[in-house]
Amino acid sequence: MGTFKNHDTIILNEIEAPQIAKKALPGQFVILKANEMGERIPLTMADVDKKKGTITIIYMIVGKSTRLFSTLEVGEGFQDVVGPLGSPTHIEKRGTIVCVGGGTGTAVLHPITRGNFEAGNNVITILGARSRDYLILEEKMAAVSHEMKICTDDGSKGIHGFVTDALKEILDTQKVDEVIAIGPVPMMKFVSKLTKEYGVPTQVSLNPIMIDGTGMCGGCRVTIGGKTKFACVDGPEFDGHQVDYDNLINRLTAYRHEEERSEECMFEDENI
Amino acid sequence: MIRPKDMTKKERRQIPRQLMTERHPKQRNKYFDEVTLGYSLKEAQLEAARCIQCKDPQCIVGCPVSIDIPGFLEMIIDHKLEDAIGKVWESTALPAVCGRVCPQEIQCEAVCVVGKKAGREPVGIGNLEMFIADWARSNGVKNKVEIAPKTGRKVAVVGSGPAGVTVAGDLAIKGHDVTVFEAFHKAGGVLLYGIPEFRLSKDIVDYEIEGLRELGVKIECNSVIGRTYDIDELLDEYGYDAVFIGVGAGLPNFLNIPGEDLTGVFSANEYLTRANLMKAFDFPHYDTPIIPGKKVAILGAGNVAMDAARTALRLGAKSVKIIYRRSREEMPSRHIEIHHAEEEGVEFELLTSPLEFIGSSEGRLAGISCERMELGEPDEGGRRRPVPIKDSQFFIDCDLAIIAIGTKANPLLTNVTEGLELNEWGNIKADPKTGKTTKDRVWAGGDITLGQATVILAMGMGRDAANSIDEYLKSLGKKGKNEKN
Ligand SMILES: Cc1cc2nc3c(=O)[nH]c(=O)nc-3n(C[C@H](O)[C@H](O)[C@H](O)COP(=O)(O)OP(=O)(O)OC[C@H]3O[C@@H](n4cnc5c(N)ncnc54)[C@H](O)[C@@H]3O)c2cc1C
Ligand SMILES: Cc1cc2nc3c(=O)[nH]c(=O)nc-3n(C[C@H](O)[C@H](O)[C@H](O)COP(=O)(O)OP(=O)(O)OC[C@H]3O[C@@H](n4cnc5c(N)ncnc54)[C@H](O)[C@@H]3O)c2cc1C
Ligand code: SF4
Ligand code: SF4
Ligand code: FES
Repeated sequence: MGTFKNHDTIILNEIEAPQIAKKALPGQFVILKANEMGERIPLTMADVDKKKGTITIIYMIVGKSTRLFSTLEVGEGFQDVVGPLGSPTHIEKRGTIVCVGGGTGTAVLHPITRGNFEAGNNVITILGARSRDYLILEEKMAAVSHEMKICTDDGSKGIHGFVTDALKEILDTQKVDEVIAIGPVPMMKFVSKLTKEYGVPTQVSLNPIMIDGTGMCGGCRVTIGGKTKFACVDGPEFDGHQVDYDNLINRLTAYRHEEERSEECMFEDENI
Repeated sequence: MIRPKDMTKKERRQIPRQLMTERHPKQRNKYFDEVTLGYSLKEAQLEAARCIQCKDPQCIVGCPVSIDIPGFLEMIIDHKLEDAIGKVWESTALPAVCGRVCPQEIQCEAVCVVGKKAGREPVGIGNLEMFIADWARSNGVKNKVEIAPKTGRKVAVVGSGPAGVTVAGDLAIKGHDVTVFEAFHKAGGVLLYGIPEFRLSKDIVDYEIEGLRELGVKIECNSVIGRTYDIDELLDEYGYDAVFIGVGAGLPNFLNIPGEDLTGVFSANEYLTRANLMKAFDFPHYDTPIIPGKKVAILGAGNVAMDAARTALRLGAKSVKIIYRRSREEMPSRHIEIHHAEEEGVEFELLTSPLEFIGSSEGRLAGISCERMELGEPDEGGRRRPVPIKDSQFFIDCDLAIIAIGTKANPLLTNVTEGLELNEWGNIKADPKTGKTTKDRVWAGGDITLGQATVILAMGMGRDAANSIDEYLKSLGKKGKNEKN
């Protein structure tokens, strides 16, 4: 396994998993478990090298498991890796596509953007982050986009503002056939709200809490157009205009206390 | 005490059913150790002596895998324990499991003649099966089977539940090269992730899986067939001569009533998987969390519902209520589970149907709006249909709700496999005698063909399928040189 730390909190791992690499398609994810006691955590494959038989994951350290993952050294392995899971992105030639990535959502967006680029679409990319230090995959994204805009909340790079500001400008000036938005839930919510006004079809990728990733537990259920769907098999990509975002935000906080406790215990252990 | 062997028939008839020692309900409901502690040898011999050794034993007919019940009971009385377990192994590979979880009261014990007399209870066949299997395990007695010479034929088994495990074991013994593919990171199926520790110790499941490895079976975990590999890929690229599908019925049903997406509403599958497979009861030592409810409501009244209820108690719930729309007689769970649940403090809201989950201002579950039911005319199945009583709505206060109203076939694999015919519920169509599906070289069995059934039925189907697969492999003749690997 190869590790490379981009920033303090954003980590990239390249993992040997030939069979998964062989079958992986853009938009699909894997579930990883670091060790015997570990949790099963879903992460999208940001890149796949079928020849080398490796998959790449990029994630932000947000809690105990991602912190644990980040401590794995080159050559150390994850105890369990399973995939590819989820429905692949439906990629076809549609015309002009705007790909909007926020935070580590950019990692998830990268293979989808590349797929759309290779399918002959005119690809405009918007990347957003808190500040320039949190931007990831800039060059890789630029390589598969015809045009790229960068937005930071603090103005440390590119446009000083949110991705929705940049998107609105594009929607006002040209015909867009589809928007793909992947990032924090509030970002996807506001992008969808905006594109709905313009009547532009919008795809988002949802990240509910998962366990098995095969449709067996129902823990990942999300409400789409008033109907219950399992994100691990029916998604993770859905029509952004149909998603009940508030419900998703709510369900994501289900274990907030436990998550905090889990990370605290990790630090306590380290102090002993 | 006189030995059962020396007792007269009349004396034997007067022995009461031997109860197994159990942990005290008010203590055991706080931890996950097994509830029943099993028989001592003496108790087992006394219980076995209650069998009158029928000439035409109905119990064997009642057992889906036709264990020679009077045969092994006699051997227990004669203290030929190794012979006794050998006899049981002739018919089932997982006696420690069957003895603990079989619905005996509707199978072998339902037809036992001893129980036919008013006021008499049937022979404790399940308890005795558990006794003999546990004896073998704790004394290191193994099923001494001879493994046939290698045939060079390869079989892929999809799923490591009771059906898959049976097929894998049987075919390995017949000399075939068997690989089990399991989606989860650990093998065992529902025995591992569904049925809790306090009913079936995970050591037993691990022991049985280890036994499978000793037979030469390879187990590849983290392999979701239909994703990681496809059936056709296994057959045509990886050189498997036959595939058995035993993926269970893992798709949870929901009630489809308002509020079901609130935080605090779980499927039993999720709740039990967190608790059992991921060991969330040992959080934060293990990383997977679980919401420990204070007031818990369980929807449904089958084995799964009882397991969820008793798990919630052990995780610290102050009150646990089973909500069921019919009456006690219709509860589909094993009787002993209902009894154990009640002893431990689980309450029953019978003839009650949920209408809506109500959330707090923070979007967490606060309670369930319900209505009372009464039993009306019998439906097609002969069970009286519950009908709502007018204006009987009431509110059940709870912060955790677990839905345990059954599961159906998961379409993940069947959706992407061409040539597999399904029935109207999405279960794979398979010949009831052989498990053969409509797809060339593919067999299936267990819950994926039967719908949600039982451990022993899944094993029985596994055995039949193994025989049919073996016949097919034999018909191919010796592995030719010009065949792929
Ligand atoms: C299909 C899918 C693809 C994803 N891809 C990526 C990716 O490419 N890069 C990335 O940085 N993140 C991705 N995520 C999110 C990532 O899985 C979570 O951030 C991670 O599980 C957090 O684990 P933790 O123990 O470090 O944090 P915790 O302390 O456990 O939790 C922190 C946050 O993560 C959420 N979370 C916790 N457990 C899970 C779980 N099992 N599944 C989903 N969310 C959970 C919690 O709701 C909370 O908001 C993806 C999620 C899904 C469902
Ligand atoms: C909580 C609970 C309690 C129960 N209690 C009892 C009881 O007391 N008595 C009784 O007789 N029965 C009981 N049952 C029912 C019984 O467990 C099942 O009938 C039995 O386990 C079915 O066996 P199976 O081999 O068909 O499938 P399962 O045991 O369901 O095993 C299927 C396996 O296949 C794996 N799998 C699924 N899809 C794939 C895929 N695509 N690729 C690879 N692997 C896959 C699953 O992860 C699983 O490990 C209970 C069930 C539950 C859930
Ligand atoms: S396997 Fe089940 S039905 Fe058969 S004898 Fe044992 S407990 Fe009874
Ligand atoms: S039916 Fe009952 S009494 Fe008769 S052989 Fe079977 S266990 Fe013994
Ligand atoms: S993660 Fe369990 S059903 Fe989706």
